[in-house]
Amino acid sequence: MSADGNTGGILASGLWDDNPGLVQLLGLCPLLAVTTSLVNGLSLGLATMLVLGCSNLLVSASRRWIVSEIRIPMYVLIIASLVTCIELVFKAYFPALDASLGIFIPLIVTNCAVTARAEVFASRNPVAPSVADGLAMGLGFALLLMAIGAFRELLGHGTMFYRLDMLFGGDPFTGLVLADGGFLLALLPPGAFFSLAIAVAGKNALDSRRRHHIGAIARQSL
Amino acid sequence: MGRSPEGDGPGVWRSGLTLAVLAAICTGLVAITWQLTAARIAGNEQAALERSLEPTLSGVFYDNVATESLLVIPPPHDLPGTEPVPVYRVYSESEPVAAVFVITEPGGYAGAIRLLVGIEYSGEVTGVRVLSHRETPGLGDLIEASKTNWLEQFRNTSLAAPPRTEWAIRRDGGAFDQITGASVTTRAVVRAIRQTLVYFEGHRDFIFEAAGEETTEQDE
Repeated sequence: MSADGNTGGILASGLWDDNPGLVQLLGLCPLLAVTTSLVNGLSLGLATMLVLGCSNLLVSASRRWIVSEIRIPMYVLIIASLVTCIELVFKAYFPALDASLGIFIPLIVTNCAVTARAEVFASRNPVAPSVADGLAMGLGFALLLMAIGAFRELLGHGTMFYRLDMLFGGDPFTGLVLADGGFLLALLPPGAFFSLAIAVAGKNALDSRRRHHIGAIARQSL
Repeated sequence: MGRSPEGDGPGVWRSGLTLAVLAAICTGLVAITWQLTAARIAGNEQAALERSLEPTLSGVFYDNVATESLLVIPPPHDLPGTEPVPVYRVYSESEPVAAVFVITEPGGYAGAIRLLVGIEYSGEVTGVRVLSHRETPGLGDLIEASKTNWLEQFRNTSLAAPPRTEWAIRRDGGAFDQITGASVTTRAVVRAIRQTLVYFEGHRDFIFEAAGEETTEQDE
């Protein structure tokens, strides 16, 4: 994984080059399960981002005391308690969201992206870049969840921002109705796989075009 | 950290100690968060319960606090499922008005469906709401009141209207609309409401007269 220490590189890596969902294909279980609407995707994405940032912070800050033989149980302990705290905060301040995301908030513990960043990055880098890495990876994951959520909601429901009130409070919001009815398959599990496949294929197509383009410029300059 | 293999003895102790200290710190962190959020979470749950009872008691006037008149009917009972069934009773000037049953219907398409079934003293349904379920998104979850008004058709129904024999979905020759693609789900809901009505008919006096103290023994 190319982590060249500077914030721009970290951000690019998290958002695009090493995006946990698109490239590393980590955390697919929540990614596929909760992205039935934009708001669901966004909320779980934000929760995951928060966990990633905090866990990288804690792991990096305590990297001196981490005993390498038992580092994985130590990561698990840190991440599990963090997630439990975040779940309690969600229950207290966003009860509707907690009800909607259900088991997937506690299951952030099992998101391999979190352990992977602790192992690959936070345990060998200072605090500041580690936090940046966690947040960038989390943001990349959140944006992907949001995009897939928006895509499936639009296709399956014909709405956008359905139940936005779960994040910001207020009266139940039924979403902007953009189409009548929808294509049910998009909301079912196969729809999640198709959407992810489209996203991955799209990213690869863009990358290969960019490489092609750079290659062409290089040839011209010869 | 690069220790020789012979250093295993003290290494194990060191690992264990490190883990123990970390576990203590983490537990402390969770305990503090719990302390800070517990009251708010309990308040949220109470508020959510009150909010969810409201639509099942539409058009009913009562003067007690529904959530404070809990009765728990322990199994075995003739209600759907095998779990204890909480019942919230409402009164007006101490006269029984209606009761809301928290039914766990085991026969959903994907596990149990938890329903609130409100029944007036006369035996008419005052409203039905889904508390939780794991039905298929886009099909079975259309029973939710926030998605369709399918549950509205049960309001003001009773064992007399429609007649007992027509308490089924249309596909099975009954009087109730089904949701296409969700026959199992809708069938389960109709059956659960019917069974609750039958139970209510046979136990009405017990339900309203049973002392509220019974609830304190139950840990619902």
